[in-house]
Amino acid sequence: MTPTIAVLLIVTFLVSTVGLLALIWSIATNQFGHGKQAAETIFPPGEEGHGEDPARDISDTLDGNLPPNSEAINARQRADLSSRGPVLAWLCSAVFWLVLGSFYGLISSTKMHMPEFLANSEWLTFGRLRPMHLNAVTYGWASMAGIGVALFLLPRLFRTALVGARFAITGCLIWNVGLVLGLLAINLGLSDGEEWLEFPWQIDILFVIGGALCAIPLVLTAANRKVNHLYVTSWYFMAALVWFPFLFLIANLPFAFPGASGVTVNWWFAHNVLGLWVTPIGIGTAYYLIPKILGRPIISYQLSLLGFWSLALFYSQVGIHHIVGGPVPTWLVTLSIVHSVMMSIPVITVAINHHGTMWGHFGRLKDSPTLRFVWIGALMYTASSLQGSMEALRTVNVITHFTHYTIAHAHLGMYAFLSFILFGAVYFIMPRLMDWEWPWRRMISVHFWLVSVGILIYFVSLTIGGWKEGLALLDADMPFMDIVRMTLPYLEARTIGGGLMTLGHLVFAVHFVAMLRRHGERRYQPTLFRSTQQEASQ
Amino acid sequence: MKRAIAIMVGAAFILLLAMLTLVVLPYIQMSTEQVPPDLEPYTELEQQGRDLYIANGCVYCHSQQPRDPSFAKGDKDRGWGRPSVPGDYYYDRPHLMGTMRTGPDLFNIGARQPSDDWHLLHLYNPRAVVEDSIMPPYRFLFREVESADEDDHVVKIPDPYGPDSGQVVATDDALAMVAYLKALDHSYPAPTLPQPDADEE
Repeated sequence: MTPTIAVLLIVTFLVSTVGLLALIWSIATNQFGHGKQAAETIFPPGEEGHGEDPARDISDTLDGNLPPNSEAINARQRADLSSRGPVLAWLCSAVFWLVLGSFYGLISSTKMHMPEFLANSEWLTFGRLRPMHLNAVTYGWASMAGIGVALFLLPRLFRTALVGARFAITGCLIWNVGLVLGLLAINLGLSDGEEWLEFPWQIDILFVIGGALCAIPLVLTAANRKVNHLYVTSWYFMAALVWFPFLFLIANLPFAFPGASGVTVNWWFAHNVLGLWVTPIGIGTAYYLIPKILGRPIISYQLSLLGFWSLALFYSQVGIHHIVGGPVPTWLVTLSIVHSVMMSIPVITVAINHHGTMWGHFGRLKDSPTLRFVWIGALMYTASSLQGSMEALRTVNVITHFTHYTIAHAHLGMYAFLSFILFGAVYFIMPRLMDWEWPWRRMISVHFWLVSVGILIYFVSLTIGGWKEGLALLDADMPFMDIVRMTLPYLEARTIGGGLMTLGHLVFAVHFVAMLRRHGERRYQPTLFRSTQQEASQ
Repeated sequence: MKRAIAIMVGAAFILLLAMLTLVVLPYIQMSTEQVPPDLEPYTELEQQGRDLYIANGCVYCHSQQPRDPSFAKGDKDRGWGRPSVPGDYYYDRPHLMGTMRTGPDLFNIGARQPSDDWHLLHLYNPRAVVEDSIMPPYRFLFREVESADEDDHVVKIPDPYGPDSGQVVATDDALAMVAYLKALDHSYPAPTLPQPDADEE
């Protein structure tokens, strides 16, 4: 290590520490404003104490009949209707890519233990379908649903109508064109060759334009806002929409990073897609939906802001833990490991807020589909993040690196955390946009149990299989092929889990389409997991 | 609006800091790294094979980065070679270091398997040479013909793995892929990076 780099490294650490101290000072001296009052920003006057997705007693909701409350209800409806077009466009695309991406994943998984399955065509070879799965579910499902949810929540958070909806719709079109071309390129063997960055850079330009077109309504709406305080959810969304185009543009600069420096940029980007793009969207959504459904503000607002800035500071530097033991400078790996462990700070602050707000209200999970999906998602965020911090440690990483264990961890984060929160958000948003309730209670139930059991099988089998694989790889006494044979049952179990998840997505998609078509008879009560007393007495 | 801008600028600034430490500094440091004198650039045929390696996603199951034996001794003991150093990747654009070892590390596959015939047969049907292998077959890199021309590269395939009649001929793509795999030979000496012990943390 050259002395210059040592000095720069120390300077970086000092800057980080000073930044953190400044943050703690500003919180201690109440620079962040009003705490409890700020946490109540999302409730119009009189709404606090009333859940928006009524879980038990129908009389609990705020229906706007009382004169002082009607203005709040009207404002909410104005906000919801203003974002209708773009939100529907982004969500419909997301559901389509989810179903398609699931099939790519399921076929890839099957090929892992049945190598002759669909093996004659180069279009269907494992090495092409697997990146198509990753890109379809990351940039198709997760990103598009995330942008849709953000476009729905922002007007509510700013308590105003969405300005510039047509930019977001155009952005959606361009994004979809990018996905079609990008997946086609991988299928034709035109991949750029780096994980998470497979789309050819020429096509990546479309994503940058599509994403930028979504930032325009965000900025215009923010400028128009009717609230004094920006609720923490909007912090996460605004930051994510700044981070993503920036990251995506730099990492895709063609031929800028040759040889071994390419691997650092590759994983700096790939982990930031998780940490600085989908994670803020997932946490931000939970920060809105959990208090809103329960009708009670989050328990510690200051903590939520500490969580935000520490996430920004630490998550942006964890990427190189993907190259532990690899041919990159040791200081770089150590830096990422340190930041990975430090990530437990934002994770714990978020956990205190999400689960602390839920505390004492777990009974509502029995009824509200949104709350159940979102809270389980939040719980899995805590679990997968703490697992990730552990996994970055050299002693653990030497075992889990290069194995299926990592794949299980990735799905705990991208699926059990993020996708569950997005499912919950879609169940919340659609009735408000369509002015229609979900047609079938049982289908929500079936969807929930299929994906829950599916991801459980998926995660448990690959975690055990991957751990055993990792231990065996360290010891050359066990021949390589014996290790492959040992992992086969776990790979088969993964296909079963993945199959259940795919089935769940089909159920979800059918229900979503029925919802779009306003299937069945008009009902005036929310669709819950259990029938409400009123319905039951009819 | 002031606060919204402050959040967005703050967020961008933090990412810039991360980029400085995780992208710019390593780039500067690694571009001054010495290129091992025995490392040769890829030939045109090898580069063509490398493009096929990328197109068919070999990287999703095969790494190209043996670790230091003091950290993970299995890598060296399995014959995957000395730990790689940044200079080894000087001609790699993009890098193909990989993150999975569903199959073995290929950093030195050219040294372990120098035979054209082994590679061609293995690509045509991995199970013809490695029992129970879960690698996909790459039959689309081969042609089945009734009788081969004299400049065709015929692949000898043992029963029962070949077609019922006729012969299997390697396409130019298959030959390029084999050329690349054989070029994956980093058994020349190179200075190694200092690696921390596994039990340090």
